Amino acid sequence: MTDTALSTTPVQPVATPTQRPFMRDLFAVGVIVVIAVAGFFLLPTNLALLTHIVAVMLLVLSLDLVTGYAGVATLGHAALYGAGAYAAGIAATKFGIVDPIAMLGIGAVGGALVGLLSSAVILRGHGLSQLVLSIAVVQLVREAANKASGWTGGSDGLSGIAPTPLLGLFRFDLYGRTAFIMAVVLLILVFIALRIIVRSPFGMLCRGIKEDKVRVRAMGAPVYTTLVKLYVISGAVAGLGGALAAVTTKVVGLDSVSFEMSAEAMVMLVLGGTGQLFGAMLGTLVFIWFEDMVSTINPFHWLTIIGALLVIVVLFAPKGFMGAGNALIKALQRRSGGAK
Amino acid sequence: MLTISSIAADALAYGMVLFVISIGLSVTMGLMKVVNLAHGAFAMIGGYIASYMVQQMGMPFGIGLLIAVAGTILIAIPLERLLYRRIYGASDLTQVLMTIGITFAIIGLANFIFGPTLKTIPLPSQLQGPVNLGFRSIAAHKIFAAAVGVVVAGALWFLIERTPFGVRLRASVDDAPMAGALGVKTSWVYAVSFAIAIGLAALGGVVGAQLLPVEPYYALRYMVTFLVVVSVGGAGSIPGALLAALLLGAVNTAGRYYVPEYGEFFFYAAVIAIVSIFPNGLLGRAK
Repeated sequence: MTDTALSTTPVQPVATPTQRPFMRDLFAVGVIVVIAVAGFFLLPTNLALLTHIVAVMLLVLSLDLVTGYAGVATLGHAALYGAGAYAAGIAATKFGIVDPIAMLGIGAVGGALVGLLSSAVILRGHGLSQLVLSIAVVQLVREAANKASGWTGGSDGLSGIAPTPLLGLFRFDLYGRTAFIMAVVLLILVFIALRIIVRSPFGMLCRGIKEDKVRVRAMGAPVYTTLVKLYVISGAVAGLGGALAAVTTKVVGLDSVSFEMSAEAMVMLVLGGTGQLFGAMLGTLVFIWFEDMVSTINPFHWLTIIGALLVIVVLFAPKGFMGAGNALIKALQRRSGGAK
Repeated sequence: MLTISSIAADALAYGMVLFVISIGLSVTMGLMKVVNLAHGAFAMIGGYIASYMVQQMGMPFGIGLLIAVAGTILIAIPLERLLYRRIYGASDLTQVLMTIGITFAIIGLANFIFGPTLKTIPLPSQLQGPVNLGFRSIAAHKIFAAAVGVVVAGALWFLIERTPFGVRLRASVDDAPMAGALGVKTSWVYAVSFAIAIGLAALGGVVGAQLLPVEPYYALRYMVTFLVVVSVGGAGSIPGALLAALLLGAVNTAGRYYVPEYGEFFFYAAVIAIVSIFPNGLLGRAK
């Protein structure tokens, strides 16, 4: 590459994402729609898996809110997801509320309530004690769900959930088409809502708390109540995810409130990249997709691979797939700019 | 009355096993500020090595125990050099994620090499059967576990409080640059402390194999318990870890005897209560 070659290359103006947030959001929603449509037509027999991925995406998005934006380290976030799943499931089996939209709403409320309660515990700690408190919360909820088997089915799981057709028009078919379309629409709505929230003054305050708690407090902004509010929002999103899983799979198991689920959600978030919402979705998609592929061969190979991948990401790509992707695109742009 | 004394014996043995494994984690966490979630995985490796040596190679229990401790340290040293060294001083979340990654990889490899079945470590004849204490008899391996716990606690206290190495270790913890300036090789001190912590994990894994059976998911299943013990006791505190291990061992054992249908509900309720009231642990230093 020579100087003349460089000087004759017209420099492409690259719009920095922060300058055009609306276009970027539109693009992000477009990507979700394209992937969803591709999945719908290319993998018609795998729609149940794709719907499951969307449900877990909601959990990981909700985790991204508290961990990626507000810096709360938690290994117990599945408590909120499971609460939503059980709330929707119990409403359907014990109270006869079988309209899918109503079940989703109840799940969101259930998740928000447990988010409120667990924030009262988790926010008391910091660092190690915060991690331990969050683990204790999810284990406590799990033991409670196991004990209250009259309501939750205990270790057998809660079955017999029979949602009515969506909007009274679309039956939940055997192939899971209705379920998948409902899941994707829900995901897009939640994604847009979260984009608005994280960009609002409230969202900025949360980021400020992550950066420097003391300074935010010195400015006169309430740290604790802000985090509690964020936890309630996060709980509603995770609860929606759990309720979505309950509506579409028609069962709720104890594994939806487990430490393993919480830890996996954290792994997905970090693989994808924290604090940018899209990373949460990307990480979930890649994680569950590969898990499904590799674990059909041998579930323990999967653990070895994901473990090694996690170590590599933490050491060499701390911003996850999103960060690595952005860096790669920038490097390629420089390269192609220089080579022509 | 029979139940109370047998609960006490079980709780003591279980608590001591928890202590032996957790104290190593407490050292890495309190002194070196590394949240090492792979600690349970090293205890599991110790158990696997001992099981292989005693059961497959027909070695005596004592030799198998020594090989397990030495072998686990040998496996851990390159990991410290290559991986852990890079996350000293990193954020809690970074450390948690990398060590979870190591744990996952070790679980996968353990299953690949040893298979998913439970592995037993045959006890020598001296540790089998009950020992009569006059008022009642207790299984010999439980007394052995408790004795190991007492010895470990005493030896660690002596090492940290009364030896030149302990002085260097405490200096490196309090102010690493200053200790370095005074001629303490801090990276060497950290490496030795890490090796001791891993050795204790392996020791606990072997001694406690009767109570915490060795299988691939051991690393994940009991890791939460070890983490809880350290957090309740206060990271870096030997008496704190001992107190927490005995207390939580008692809560868990009593819960399993009296209200088995509640599982570990009361255990975690106790954890939440204690950590909420003492965020730095029962005997931890305030940060």
